[in-house]
Amino acid sequence: MISTLLRIQWTRLRRDRVAQTLTFVVPIVFFSIFALIFGTTGGGKTPSVKLAVVDEDRSSVSQRVLAALGREEGLKLVREAMPRNSAPNTPRLAIDRERAVSLVQDGDVAAALIVPQEWGKHFPDFGQEGPEMELLADTSNPVAPQMIFGLLQKVAMSGSPDLMMEKGLKQMEAGGSGFELTAKQREQMTTMLRQLRASSEAAENETATATNVAPAQGGGAVNVKKVDLLGAKKKNPVIAFYAAGIAVMFLLFTCTATGGSLLEEAEDGTLERLLSTRIGMTGLLLTKWLYITLLGMAQITVMFVWGAVVFGLELWNHLPGFVIMTTVTAAAAGGFGMCLATFCRSRGQLNAISNIVILTMSALGGSMVPRAFMPESLQKAGLFTFNGWALDGFLKVFWRERPVWELWPQVAMLMGLTLVFLWLARRLARRWETV
Amino acid sequence: MGQDCPPVPPVLTIRNACKSFGANQALRGAAFELRDRELLALLGPNGAGKTTLIRAIAGRVRLDEGEIELFGEKVDATSRRRLLAVVPQELALYGLLTARENLAGFGRLNGVSSERIKDKVAWALDWTGLADRADEPIRGFSGGMKRRLNLACSVLHDPRILLLDEPTVGVDPQSREKIYDMLEKLRAGGMSLMVTTHHLEEAEARCERIVVIDHGVVVASGTLPELLEKTVGHLRSVTLTLDRPMLNGPAGCQSADHGRVWHARISDVATDLPGLIQSVQAAGCRVENIEVRSPNLQAAFIALTGKDLRE
Repeated sequence: MISTLLRIQWTRLRRDRVAQTLTFVVPIVFFSIFALIFGTTGGGKTPSVKLAVVDEDRSSVSQRVLAALGREEGLKLVREAMPRNSAPNTPRLAIDRERAVSLVQDGDVAAALIVPQEWGKHFPDFGQEGPEMELLADTSNPVAPQMIFGLLQKVAMSGSPDLMMEKGLKQMEAGGSGFELTAKQREQMTTMLRQLRASSEAAENETATATNVAPAQGGGAVNVKKVDLLGAKKKNPVIAFYAAGIAVMFLLFTCTATGGSLLEEAEDGTLERLLSTRIGMTGLLLTKWLYITLLGMAQITVMFVWGAVVFGLELWNHLPGFVIMTTVTAAAAGGFGMCLATFCRSRGQLNAISNIVILTMSALGGSMVPRAFMPESLQKAGLFTFNGWALDGFLKVFWRERPVWELWPQVAMLMGLTLVFLWLARRLARRWETV
Repeated sequence: MGQDCPPVPPVLTIRNACKSFGANQALRGAAFELRDRELLALLGPNGAGKTTLIRAIAGRVRLDEGEIELFGEKVDATSRRRLLAVVPQELALYGLLTARENLAGFGRLNGVSSERIKDKVAWALDWTGLADRADEPIRGFSGGMKRRLNLACSVLHDPRILLLDEPTVGVDPQSREKIYDMLEKLRAGGMSLMVTTHHLEEAEARCERIVVIDHGVVVASGTLPELLEKTVGHLRSVTLTLDRPMLNGPAGCQSADHGRVWHARISDVATDLPGLIQSVQAAGCRVENIEVRSPNLQAAFIALTGKDLRE
């Protein structure tokens, strides 16, 4: 009895390709995608963090520390950039404080490090008397500022031992403790300092390899003042990010499931009846797309209102941008849903394919994990996803608080995608028309 | 002095309808006509081409060859939708909507104006006998109720021609009676109807003319007596069951069950049957049972299309 039932179940699975795909292929696909994202591809290296540097001090000390920082594989130092909103091919200029702020605000770099004037004179500044370095951060990637801080302390300590010792001796002599070196001791100390400087300079010519340094918990040779450029004024900064990410992902699921009503109607004969009426296939597809778009807008709105009421999401201050992004995102998601529904031959096929496509796009596009956490290649791959563009737009509104007109790249891309999706859906729907 | 009325042209004319799907020739020159206010049965085995023909008439299948005319003219898609409606074999309804909402929705999609839709829906609910369930979601309806609603959703825009693809499949005899009564009312109102069905007794009892299609061509058409005359003739079939085997039966009779059952065909029961019984008694046997069957559509259909399975 049991063996008969088992045999029947196994035979059904063998003959059901959709079930086989869901059982064996989908988990492998997702495992691979998440392994790529979290598994630190490329030999287990930490993804590079882009750090803009502004050296206002221009001392030999600041240059030594920044050079050492630049050799860290976990960091990618950016010293020059094109002026903001400039045309392509505009010459790149050295980054100043103002440009550094805009680079962080625009999400072009994870953080910016400002080395103030006179900083080198006080290094190492154990007594915290000199000017502080400033780390201007975008806390949508909360790991990056911690990592930069830790690496900064490390390169300061390991890259300038001569300066450390010299400063320490001076402080002891100036402390009024009666401690003073003899002439012979001073001569030996000078020799030692020279050797330390030579060895640290030799190290500068080698590539630093130790990258996985635990972030320092405050204090150290370098005093750093962290400035949160984007999240500081927000009541609940992380919510803006996850509201957008989750909203876009579930919007895609909703739109695809609703678009699947077309397949349901084809299966139960309602589509045949509808096509015998005056509406025609183009009218039918456009009507369904309009309905899905409105439903999607309602879904996102409900979610963001909930976020505003329960979690303090700052919706009311960003209404124009929210309306624009919600409209174009829902329109594109509606087109995507129609496209997928007309591509698939059955509801079962639609379920399988939509799960794979939507979860893949969501993972790559940053709905699940911020793209800033991913390797650079995957961050670029995310721009080929629907989620990537939609999320960038929502984050511009809620996180970066950019003016509405700066949404034009995202709006243009999503509107373009809408047209492409609808055109494809119309082509694919020909199979239900007169044969 | 009387004057002859000019002949009424057929409302639907199909000539040499040909359609292939890949290597499969669904229609191979089918031709027939539907007359004004007629209830015509389109019969055929599974796969004979009935549904393809209905879809072609409705404009959902493009013929490779042949012509379809409505009221003597080739019409465009808009006129076709106004003049003609199809009741699909599937229950093409929205289960979560009520009967009233389904009717109103399909009525509007078929061009019924917003001013008329309320009256038309009220008429349809009365016509289908669903007025007391009008505001319930139809997913809880019986098969017969859904069939009636399925029919009503196609006629709200008052088409002149109605094509019904197996409108009584899967419903009980009472619902079938109700559906044919509904069709009679439509016909009385001036509509011409063509129905496909596998219930041959329905076609026999309800339809004025019958068209039989097989392998994509019309193999016979006419009234029931005309079809019978063309196929099995007017002879009645007689089956005699005897108390014991009879070795030699009357001339023209065929035996079965080792001589206990004998089949004969007679033209007149009153004159031919007594002679048959006397022949049996003369052979020393006694008749235990007599079954006399009139020629019917089933026999004609089998004679026209054969007994081979088509699936």
